[in-house]
Amino acid sequence: MSTKNLKLITNPLNIDNPITIQVLGICSALAVTVKLEPAVVMSISVLFVMAFANVIISLLRNTIPSRIRIIVQLVIIASLVILVDQVLKAFAYDVSKQLSVFVGLIITNCIIMGRLEAFALGNKPWPSFLDGVGNSAGYGMILILVAFIRELFGSGSVWGFQVIPEGFYEFGYANNGLMILPPMALIVVGIVIWVQRARTRELIEA
Amino acid sequence: MNTNSNIYTFIYASVLVVVVAALLSFTAIKLQPIQEQNIRIEKMQNILSSVGIESSVEQAEEMFNKFITKDIVINTKADKVEGQKAFDLNLKKEYKKSEETRFLPAFEATLDDGSKKIIIPLLGKGLWGPVWGYVSFNEDFNTIYGATFDHKSETPGLGADINKSWFEDQFKGKTIFDGEKLTSITIHKGGKGAAAIANNTEHGVDAISGGTITCKGVEEMIKDCLLNYEPYLNNNRSK
Repeated sequence: MSTKNLKLITNPLNIDNPITIQVLGICSALAVTVKLEPAVVMSISVLFVMAFANVIISLLRNTIPSRIRIIVQLVIIASLVILVDQVLKAFAYDVSKQLSVFVGLIITNCIIMGRLEAFALGNKPWPSFLDGVGNSAGYGMILILVAFIRELFGSGSVWGFQVIPEGFYEFGYANNGLMILPPMALIVVGIVIWVQRARTRELIEA
Repeated sequence: MNTNSNIYTFIYASVLVVVVAALLSFTAIKLQPIQEQNIRIEKMQNILSSVGIESSVEQAEEMFNKFITKDIVINTKADKVEGQKAFDLNLKKEYKKSEETRFLPAFEATLDDGSKKIIIPLLGKGLWGPVWGYVSFNEDFNTIYGATFDHKSETPGLGADINKSWFEDQFKGKTIFDGEKLTSITIHKGGKGAAAIANNTEHGVDAISGGTITCKGVEEMIKDCLLNYEPYLNNNRSK
């Protein structure tokens, strides 16, 4: 893999992260980060949809009339999502039950549209695929980090398992109810952005 | 070719939509039988789990046939209705009908120790969408033997916890009749121990903190559904 292609994957993880730098996809970051499990399921689904939508749009890029390109992008994303949903319902029913609420959120995820518009429309399929994988990985990374923090302090558990010992509660420790509410997701994302900006040299503005 | 001409745009859009529509309807039709089977199996698993039997996807059908020994359909006056299968009744449709024409499904389970349990399906509204469940009674038609709940889209970590065993297990051993009156089950707000504080350990359980509206929905669901079965429960109840 060439350096240029590698950058397509590594940049979105750090200096071009869709959530913390481009501040896209915040809506779904609020909704699915109460617990770790749905956050991981959501990340995997977005990875799949974004990689393939990017490839399909990239293959069609020279034929798409520019006046209706946004509609074409939406049609492709929506049909991919429905396709995934149907296949999961038939062959992985348990996963599909967890995902059901988030399917709509994937279609409206602005990162997917953003990458189609900004990258796949002007690049070959293979780099587009890598770009999709990189961006969804960057998105998933932040989602999982936020979900981990919120679940740990909000429910005292990780992946549904209790990790804060019962003894703590007897000494007056209490789960932070605010962590479960949506505003806390924004605050946690804000803290992540702060830490990242402070530690990454490329991002420090003069 | 000029990809910006009107004709090209029209043709492109039409072809795209037709291709996508064909693809999606083809998949939906092809996969429908498998999906319906999954839903049937889940229903069987839910019914079984209300009497404390956990089954895997593969065994569900076999175990359902083994343990669920009778299939009961009644009307709101507690008369038996013939010619209907309880498992195939659509609860949502039945509750939309007027009371006189409503069919009510119930199941009888015979456990390994020979005891019989009666299972009643429930359907109600939570905070964001439907909630449903199954509640099973001992032979006295009064004491809850087990309960199982599920939901479509309640808040994860809050209301969604109604399908967790720590919430469901609280219902075990509670009674729904207070003397002659159907009191159903009250869900007390205030987290752990709230039912005990309210001095209602016989007909009360603790709500989920932060999931009050979902819990209220579950409470109403149990009450509303059981009211339909009241004559039936009363006829069979050991007084």
